[in-house]
Amino acid sequence: MRDRILTVLEKNARISTEDLAGVLGEDVTKVSEEVERMENEKIICGYHTIINWDKGGAEKADAFIEVKVTPQKGWGFDQMAERIYQFPEVSSIFLISGSCDFIVFIEGKSMREIAMFVSDKLSPIEGVLSTTTQFILKKYKQDGFLVEGPERDKRTEIS
Amino acid sequence: MRDPLNSFIEAIPPSGIRKYFDMVAEMDDPDVLSLGVGEPDFDTPWHVRGVGINTLTEGKTFYTSNSGLMELRREISKYTRDKIGVEYDPATQVLITVGGSEAIDGCIRTMLDPGDEMIIPEPCFVSYKPCAILAGAVPVTIDLKAENEFRLTPDELEAAITPKTKLVLLTYPNNPTGAIMEKEDLEKIAKVIIDHDLFVLSDEIYSALSYTEKPFVSIASLPGMAERTIIVNGFSKAFAMTGWRLGYALGPSRVIKQMMKVHQFAIMCSPTISQYAAIEALRNGEDDVQYMKNEYNMRRKYLLKRFAEMGIPCFNAMGAFYLFPCIKKFGMSSDQFAERLLNEQKLAVVPGNAFGRSGEGFLRISYAYSLKSLEKSMDRLEKFISTL
Repeated sequence: MRDRILTVLEKNARISTEDLAGVLGEDVTKVSEEVERMENEKIICGYHTIINWDKGGAEKADAFIEVKVTPQKGWGFDQMAERIYQFPEVSSIFLISGSCDFIVFIEGKSMREIAMFVSDKLSPIEGVLSTTTQFILKKYKQDGFLVEGPERDKRTEIS
Repeated sequence: MRDPLNSFIEAIPPSGIRKYFDMVAEMDDPDVLSLGVGEPDFDTPWHVRGVGINTLTEGKTFYTSNSGLMELRREISKYTRDKIGVEYDPATQVLITVGGSEAIDGCIRTMLDPGDEMIIPEPCFVSYKPCAILAGAVPVTIDLKAENEFRLTPDELEAAITPKTKLVLLTYPNNPTGAIMEKEDLEKIAKVIIDHDLFVLSDEIYSALSYTEKPFVSIASLPGMAERTIIVNGFSKAFAMTGWRLGYALGPSRVIKQMMKVHQFAIMCSPTISQYAAIEALRNGEDDVQYMKNEYNMRRKYLLKRFAEMGIPCFNAMGAFYLFPCIKKFGMSSDQFAERLLNEQKLAVVPGNAFGRSGEGFLRISYAYSLKSLEKSMDRLEKFISTL
């Protein structure tokens, strides 16, 4: 049942427990308990809204920052990651393969604010060797959803 | 001036769905939500489209053999064997057509002489009856019953048979009811067919969308039935390939050989690009089909739940992507109900009687729509019935 619950929630976190149970053909109480268990086990880590701030009015900027670090003795990369993710500006951080170690996703009010964050907070962290900031210019698709353009029905009603 | 028209064509009434869609189009209101469309809401899987594109880039834009690409016929034969356990010879028993629709027309024209009777259980898709009439044959309809979950019973079939009966239509999983027929149901029908020396046109276009635990069963797989059955199937519903216009007929070589003539002289061959794409669909598309089927099944369960909460009776239809709720208790005809629902709540559904008179008192609800649209639509339906 867990897989089936997650498949639905991944696309539609706002579905009511009643409808979720209906869609799966399962008992409401059982589904609700299972969701709660998965929240406790951190299988479900949170629910968030994908917002197109360009349309929403508020000024926002975001960027991917490639970060190279020196892994800490005995801790590998985990301690370095912790030092970075403690800042509220950091919305995501991933350890990756390839030419750098971390990809850090930052959200700020403006490009300047992000640049200041990198120079004042991120770069000075002990163990950070270099950063490369890549500002996002336009979003097309995010977390499985199209950011631009309305979803329209391409079908024609024929008989 | 002389009458330029063929009297058979002129006598055929326009499709009942058409009339309804015209009404929706006339409203021309962007707020109208529709649950009327009878085709998948998914795009054709990307890898299948990719093959279509490659076919064009490579310049494979010529006719294929009349029966269709041998490679595709082989894949269809293999796919059919895996799905229903019946072996069809790609060289003589498979014909690639322009959608299932052409296969239906070709089969009826090939098998029926003028005056022969074809039994058509209704409610059903709108094309069988006109095709029979175009062939000069006589359509004999059976009014299927809601209490049998719109399955055909041997008694109903027996009652419709006359010395002129030749062909019996079976169309399960069914459009518009969503009904299915299981092995035990089909065995009883097969016995009547064999006893009366009849043939079956089995339209299995929705066979990939059957939500029972047990796999879909074709009547052709029952003893003595393969030689009496023409199967019609295609890529539209299972692989979300409606616009590619590709289907096929499977049957005894004696029939397929003659059907080929109708196809050859009217069509020449099915679209080449679509045929190459269909090979890809059969080889690598099973995961896509399973994904879509799973999505449909969730929507189906959601709608059943909402109907139950609203107190609208609807049987647990296990196939295709339609539900067929009964609205008799509201004291309106299907047409009246659908028209008021459209005008008052801007929700478009197709009245059940568009699919035969036994569909009167029902609505066809398509769930080839996102869960979000279904949710909004059901809220509108709920609001509408609360005003009655």
